[in-house]
Amino acid sequence: MNVETLSPFILSLVTFIPAGGGLLILLIPRRDRDIKLFALVISLLAFVASLHLPVHLHREIGAFKFEIDKVWITTPNIHYHMGIDGISVWLVVLTTFLTPLCVLISWTSIHERVKEFFILLLILETALIGVFTSLDLFLFYFFWEATLIPMALLIGMYGHGRKVYAAVKFFLFTMIGSMFMLAAIIWLYAKTGSFDFVVIQNAIRSGIVPGFETASLWLFLGFFIAFAVKVPIFPLHTWLPDAHVEAPTAGSVLLAGVLLKMGTYGLLRFDVGLFPAQAHRNAPWVMVLALIGIIYGALVSLVQPNMKKLIAYSSISHLGFVVLGIFSFTTAGLNGAVFVMLAHGVATGGLFMLAGLLYERRHTYEIADFGGLATPMPKYATFFLVTVLASVGLPLLNGFIGEFLVLSGAFQARPIYGILAATGVIWSACYLLWMYQRVFFGKVKHEVNSTLTDLNLREKAALAPIAIAALVMGVAPLVWLSAIDPAVQAALAPFTQLASRMVGQ
Amino acid sequence: MIMITAFAHSLPGLLAQLQASVPPPGADYMRILPELVLSIFGMLVMVVDPLLDEESSHQALGTIALIGTLAALASTFWMAQYPGTAFWNMVRVEGFSVYFHFLVIAIAAVVILSSYEYLAVQRIRAGEYYGLILFGTVGMCLMSSAIELVLIFIALEISSISTYVLAGFRRRDASSSESSLKYFLLGSFATAFFLYGVALMFGATGSTNIDAISQVLRSGNVPVLAYVATALMFVGLGFKVASAPFHVWTPDVYEGAPAPVVGLMSTGPKAAAFAVLLRVMFEANAPGRFWLIWVSAALSMTLGNLCALVQDNVKRLLAYSSIAHAGYLLVAFAAQPALGASAAMFYTAAYAAMNVGAFAVVSHFANAGEKYVTLEDYAGLGRRSPVLAATFTFFLMSLIGIPITGGFFAKFYVLSAALKSNLVGLAIILVLNSAVGAYYYLRIIVMMYMREPRGEVPVTPVPAAAGLAIAVCVLLTLYLGVLPGRVLDYASQSARQLVSDTVAPTAASGFPATEP
Repeated sequence: MNVETLSPFILSLVTFIPAGGGLLILLIPRRDRDIKLFALVISLLAFVASLHLPVHLHREIGAFKFEIDKVWITTPNIHYHMGIDGISVWLVVLTTFLTPLCVLISWTSIHERVKEFFILLLILETALIGVFTSLDLFLFYFFWEATLIPMALLIGMYGHGRKVYAAVKFFLFTMIGSMFMLAAIIWLYAKTGSFDFVVIQNAIRSGIVPGFETASLWLFLGFFIAFAVKVPIFPLHTWLPDAHVEAPTAGSVLLAGVLLKMGTYGLLRFDVGLFPAQAHRNAPWVMVLALIGIIYGALVSLVQPNMKKLIAYSSISHLGFVVLGIFSFTTAGLNGAVFVMLAHGVATGGLFMLAGLLYERRHTYEIADFGGLATPMPKYATFFLVTVLASVGLPLLNGFIGEFLVLSGAFQARPIYGILAATGVIWSACYLLWMYQRVFFGKVKHEVNSTLTDLNLREKAALAPIAIAALVMGVAPLVWLSAIDPAVQAALAPFTQLASRMVGQ
Repeated sequence: MIMITAFAHSLPGLLAQLQASVPPPGADYMRILPELVLSIFGMLVMVVDPLLDEESSHQALGTIALIGTLAALASTFWMAQYPGTAFWNMVRVEGFSVYFHFLVIAIAAVVILSSYEYLAVQRIRAGEYYGLILFGTVGMCLMSSAIELVLIFIALEISSISTYVLAGFRRRDASSSESSLKYFLLGSFATAFFLYGVALMFGATGSTNIDAISQVLRSGNVPVLAYVATALMFVGLGFKVASAPFHVWTPDVYEGAPAPVVGLMSTGPKAAAFAVLLRVMFEANAPGRFWLIWVSAALSMTLGNLCALVQDNVKRLLAYSSIAHAGYLLVAFAAQPALGASAAMFYTAAYAAMNVGAFAVVSHFANAGEKYVTLEDYAGLGRRSPVLAATFTFFLMSLIGIPITGGFFAKFYVLSAALKSNLVGLAIILVLNSAVGAYYYLRIIVMMYMREPRGEVPVTPVPAAAGLAIAVCVLLTLYLGVLPGRVLDYASQSARQLVSDTVAPTAASGFPATEP
């Protein structure tokens, strides 16, 4: 098909293919195999469609691509306005990349209420993509809230242990946070008469919004709380370990892989994009919180006896890097932050998948229950090693590039931040490699473990893309960065002006 | 004493006016056409009732009542063609009254649909039941179109007395009688306050006509008596809309009354009472209203939500939720008139759609003797009755205020009206309260989806009538959540008309430009 004819619809197509497929599943009779296959086909279709985006993205600075802008509701003035730039395009692809893997990984682990599971999963995918493609604040809020329900239901219905507690906690934390964002959005609408991100941004930049000076701190904080809960930034992180540990594997993968990125994406696009002056003013304490998150997350990971909890806390640490990079307001820092988002999505998503596979076999996540697994499960151990090394930040794998860029950005902003953050890299090597050693090396400690089966074809098919992506992203990061960089430059434009104004004074 | 004399003095004038005037022109009857249609069908139900045996009467009488409401809906279109006042300036047809006519008649229609099965299961006699619903609806309709305080009072009584009786219809159950009696005693007490307020307003302004009162109150010279009158009328209406601190009756009454009746009285009379409140507060420009409303709104939201957190009975939980929603709605009354009135009008419609729907589900599920109304009874409903659970979840989502539901836009418009009027304090209270509110609605959803079903609770298939009622509510909630534009445009147009000359806040109106 001709590229130009497809471009206006491609974003809607990518966004709504999964949910449309989810609704079609409603019509399929309850034969689990058919439902799983159908879900896989739909999610692969969405992935293929989403590949159109980076391939045909023009990589110049500014302006959103593949825009579609239609009036949805006249009063209030709400538009169906979507568009992506070099930052969101990769997050969309990350989402569509991880979803088919989630379907594969849930093939046998979900055996009850299968139909509902895949419907929820696909609706969740649509909501996640919508968050990254919306350019109308209202539409954004709509998708943002829409992610909440399927995710909470996935945790509450298919999780284990204290699943209801975890689901409700997750729901309430996010819900309360986003109410503040809603109030801020309505304030902006009340003063500018528009929900359009670009319109509001221009209005703020040209200083025609009445009362903006006094309100901007509150607006910044309103958005910040919603995003900080989602990232999560210390001390709002307490929902995350619960949600992760109790969630089904696919839920954990999407939660760590994509949902957390909604928070950092929101910080970058909306908090920093709309209120650069406030972001600049508040950067010091936000960066301190990020540093606390990096170090605290790593230290807590170190002492976790539970594999899944360890990975969950490591997410807090890694997401701290993203926040640090964003609020360093340097080109390297921002590029690195976006790259860490993607790398973390792939690597941690992979770790959760691996942990889930082990749980399927042994129904436990306790590290002490394993040991010497490399003998019965050599292939599994290999995949695990690659993913762990990617997460640790070994050069030539994807974790390294992002963290390196963030650290160099942090050094530029303030050397002490860089030094402290660098310890986080060391910590992550400690807790992940130590965990790896306890689980895989040595003799088989428990007799049950010696008969564990290695990966089958389906499981390998789910894990191979993760390993390949980790390697490709590590070897050829420029494929990603060449798209990210122009978008980052556009986001940084107000800060270079701010800096030059300060120098001028 | 003074007032009574004054009233007596004006009576001869009024009588003379009545005698002198020619009989009302035919168009006047068109302006109360829906009321007439409803009354005729109400009487028809009563006449047909003794001719049928109890078995067959449920279906037949319900159908007559349903046709009555549909005919009334159709006649509302007709009525809308005759804007203007009727019967010596007592009734006025305008966008505002047409809106509320549609709303309350539609509520009655859906409630009647959802009662078909309920009455049969609970063995309730259908004749009086449907008759009272229709007569009550006449009162509600009249409340929205009356512009004469005395007529408003009479309409209020018509609607109240019907609901007092309806609340006691589960007569085999003591809690229902308790509910009815409690509602009746407290309700008459509250209406007395309203009447006293009307009398004082007459004393203060020399008239009971909203337009005339508004002229006096806008002239800048506001007598002190008018402040007292406003406060007293607010007490009476505050009781009807179940706003704190006049809310204490709500949980007991809702718990005891038949579930479909609760669906009706938590939306219909409430919407009508809000219509009266809009007339008294905004059209008549009642003085000193700002802090009254501010305090009541803040209290209702906070008390309603906090008390709802610990309820284990779904009907009681929804009762406290309705108190909280009355609070959200009152926030709109503290905002600038045109913005506030349209937000409030939209809210009543959205709330009606979701709450009638929620109670339709509760009525179906309650079973004989309303045995299954506790939270535990809903455990595992998601597995046993997926469609019913999904629709209930949808209504609860709407009550929480999640996007693509009517409840979201309702809250949204109220919040934006409040923020545009610089009511930052109330807006923050509203936001915090919605967050608290999310928790208890979520408890029901968690029960339905994440707990194992208990064996003994039976799940019967949803019969056609109740299914239709629930489907209508789902569609309307969805419509208001996806395409709220048309309803809101209509609401804001008629709100502008209603408050056309209250837009500029004056010192006398008691509306400060910003919240202190």
